[in-house]
Amino acid sequence: MAELMKTNRRDFLKVAGTAAGGLFIGFYWSGCDSPKMKVLSDEEVLSEAHNFNAFLSISPSGDVVMYSPNPELGQNIMTSFPMVVAEELDADWEKVRVFQANLDNDKYDRQVTGGSGAMPHSWERLRKAGATARHVLVAAAAAKWEVDASECSTEKGQVIHKGSGKKIAYGDLVNDAAQLTAPEEVPLKNYKDFKIIGTPVKNVRNKEMFTGKPLYGLDVYREGMVNAMIQRPPFGMKIKSVDDSAAKNVQGVTDVVVFKNNVAVVGESTWPLMKAKKLLKIEYEPDGTVESSEDHERLFGELMEKGKAQVMRKDGNVDQAFSKAAKVVTAEYQCPFLSHSPMEPMNFFAHVKGDRVELVGPTQTPDRARMETAQLLDIPTENITVEITRLGGGFGRRLRADFVVEAAELSKILDKPVKVTWSREDDQTGGAYRPAVRYKFQAALDENGKMTGYKLRGVGINAGNTTRENNFPSGSVDNLLIESIDHKSPITTNAWRAPITNFLAYAEQSFLDEVAQEAGKDPVELRLELLDRAKKDPVGEIHYDVDRMKTVVETAAEKSNWGKDSNVMQGFSVYFSHRSYVAQVANIEMENNQPVLKKIVAVTDCGIVVNPTGANQQVRGGIVDGMGHAMFTNMTFVNGLPKQTNFDTYRLIRMKEVPEIDVHYIDNGIDPTGLGEPALPPTGGAIANAIYKATGKRLRAQPFIEQKEFSEFNLEIKRV
Amino acid sequence: MANYSLKINGETFNVDVEDDTPLLWVLRDHLGLVGTKYSCGIAQCGACMVHVNGDAVPSCTLPVSSLGSDEVVTIEGLSKDGDHPVQKAWNEIDVAQCGYCQAGQIMAASALLKKNPSPSMAEIEDAMNRNLCRCGTYHKIREAVAYAAKNK
Ligand code: FES
Ligand code: FES
Repeated sequence: MAELMKTNRRDFLKVAGTAAGGLFIGFYWSGCDSPKMKVLSDEEVLSEAHNFNAFLSISPSGDVVMYSPNPELGQNIMTSFPMVVAEELDADWEKVRVFQANLDNDKYDRQVTGGSGAMPHSWERLRKAGATARHVLVAAAAAKWEVDASECSTEKGQVIHKGSGKKIAYGDLVNDAAQLTAPEEVPLKNYKDFKIIGTPVKNVRNKEMFTGKPLYGLDVYREGMVNAMIQRPPFGMKIKSVDDSAAKNVQGVTDVVVFKNNVAVVGESTWPLMKAKKLLKIEYEPDGTVESSEDHERLFGELMEKGKAQVMRKDGNVDQAFSKAAKVVTAEYQCPFLSHSPMEPMNFFAHVKGDRVELVGPTQTPDRARMETAQLLDIPTENITVEITRLGGGFGRRLRADFVVEAAELSKILDKPVKVTWSREDDQTGGAYRPAVRYKFQAALDENGKMTGYKLRGVGINAGNTTRENNFPSGSVDNLLIESIDHKSPITTNAWRAPITNFLAYAEQSFLDEVAQEAGKDPVELRLELLDRAKKDPVGEIHYDVDRMKTVVETAAEKSNWGKDSNVMQGFSVYFSHRSYVAQVANIEMENNQPVLKKIVAVTDCGIVVNPTGANQQVRGGIVDGMGHAMFTNMTFVNGLPKQTNFDTYRLIRMKEVPEIDVHYIDNGIDPTGLGEPALPPTGGAIANAIYKATGKRLRAQPFIEQKEFSEFNLEIKRV
Repeated sequence: MANYSLKINGETFNVDVEDDTPLLWVLRDHLGLVGTKYSCGIAQCGACMVHVNGDAVPSCTLPVSSLGSDEVVTIEGLSKDGDHPVQKAWNEIDVAQCGYCQAGQIMAASALLKKNPSPSMAEIEDAMNRNLCRCGTYHKIREAVAYAAKNK
């Protein structure tokens, strides 16, 4: 059965095309409304393809052109969005061409990459756009053949009449289709009938990427442009004096500009700037509190003991539950600051010309980049354009606009177009880290090992709410208290792939393993018991779907042969984040008395899997990311200065450190949810729990390799 | 400043730069060959890898003055139309996420296969472990190198 969707006739604008080149049907996104149709000339689209930001157009030659509104950073939205439209349109995928849209608030909403939210936000609209176009094309063909539209079907960019066997290509119908009116209701396909969705479709930018075409922000070179690099201050410091004489002497440096607490070196090309920046002699003085990692250790202890916490959630009576408990389990967990470290360091091009600004570069939030630039320069937003390049990774770092605004400010000062490039060291030390957090968990168990009370207190450094109070296990425990404390620090922090959950999940899932151990229960059994309770008689409000969570838990147990082979030491973890459910099992086997991490099994419920090849990338990439940072990576500070300034000391995971990853999905036909983040949170817990099983060592802080427990064994990683 | 005559992708280029300028910045800033990427600048990540006389080397720490008559190949010169077996494998296996590291990965892989046309998995890993991929495409990189070795 096809579902019926309402479209609004008023929004379906029809304009007759006259140009000799032919006609296009264009759909404009307007807020949350339905698509609008407009006919454009061949010339208009082909000559100005890049400026034409409509969502979907079909040319007389049958080319289907789509503009991808969201910034692309490797989540593969540029491929998956068009797949959804092409599915309902029954387009010939070979004829689909995709371009990156510029920032345009009139045509698109939510031009953001973050929170794994693009697909759930746009799923229905994308389908409606494709289905509406298909509908008018079928109507045009039916009219031409003088048959009923219900006798026609579509396939690969053609309308087919069953009775007569006649076929006509979409391109040959766009003129006629443009004369028609959009339907009130468009039927959408049943997901079982999908032909493109659910098949592995290759990344639409593969060729440009593997032939080295300019795609990224750092590849932007414009006429008259100068290059700049900026020395930014340590956290909590301001400039006292600058001696730029040596820097200015470097051949190729044309300018040294001091603005705010920044010193910019400017020149024609990058290398002289890298040299000159090192020759700057800048004296700083404290601008308030200057913090080191030692201070944070002390603060964590003090605030955990005596800090004033915000109560995030309270169910029942925890004091009573703990005083009556047969057993109390307590443990503290901690995670360090991390830098985002996308492979392409921060950069942006800006050209301020009077009261107009051109911005070009990699941003996850073009709108925010424009707004902050408008505010700083006091220029109306409509005078500011933002062209979005491909992003060489983001991980949340490019949700900020600091690197855009400073480029605009510098362009204004220099009165020239400028590209600001951050060196790796700038990128590592320039801030906006994942916050460091410490958690204290406590569980009250009765004599049967039932969890009767649960307490969580999180202390974060610029973390905001360190908890997810309505997430599992909330709803499954009668007496529960969740509290959060935030310390304000000069060290800047920012959303980092799967914000908060990227460390909370590890801590919580490891702690639940400790609870299972103390309660004498199997970790999977413990989770299922809690979930059953949350299903039958939920305590308070819960933000997860119990059945979906239960299904991934059970499926992961099944796919991993949980508990079936005594030679395999397994660690379990399950987490709900960004609307998706992911359970993971890490397998360790002993070889020559060494624990060897052999495999991670992941079961994901993200609803319908739009593009399996892209989905596998996101799941495996998320697990690699979660594992790498849990195992190896640390960011520490001395007097406001980050210590791990490049990849020699800031250790990112490499190929030889990645085990086999076995990926499964739940096929339930539910509308798709995002996948850029949800696979990351469970990984650290699964690995830590497997390590405990294999070695008896509980890893209660990240990175694992820096814990003293870790030095007592030697974890090997087996690859495929 | 000094004048250097460089052999890159089978052509000769003349550039006037300081002698300590890394090849990476000559390619990007002076010759418009931006397929070779900057990421760490200290030979730790492989994003900037090019072939010098057939060997994969990081170009970010290679001073232009050290090149002499060495033959340099960049991602742009690896094949005429992106049809080098390694590039084809990268498409077939659909390796890239953000793609930023991939030119370097491809240069490392193609240098390996030139020397060792049928590498074992361990040999693939030894050669490729120098190249970081922050998106974590390592499984697909391994798979694609093996695929390229089989489908030449
Ligand atoms: S940029 Fe050359 S190895 Fe990283
Ligand atoms: S694909 Fe993004 S860094 Fe490798």
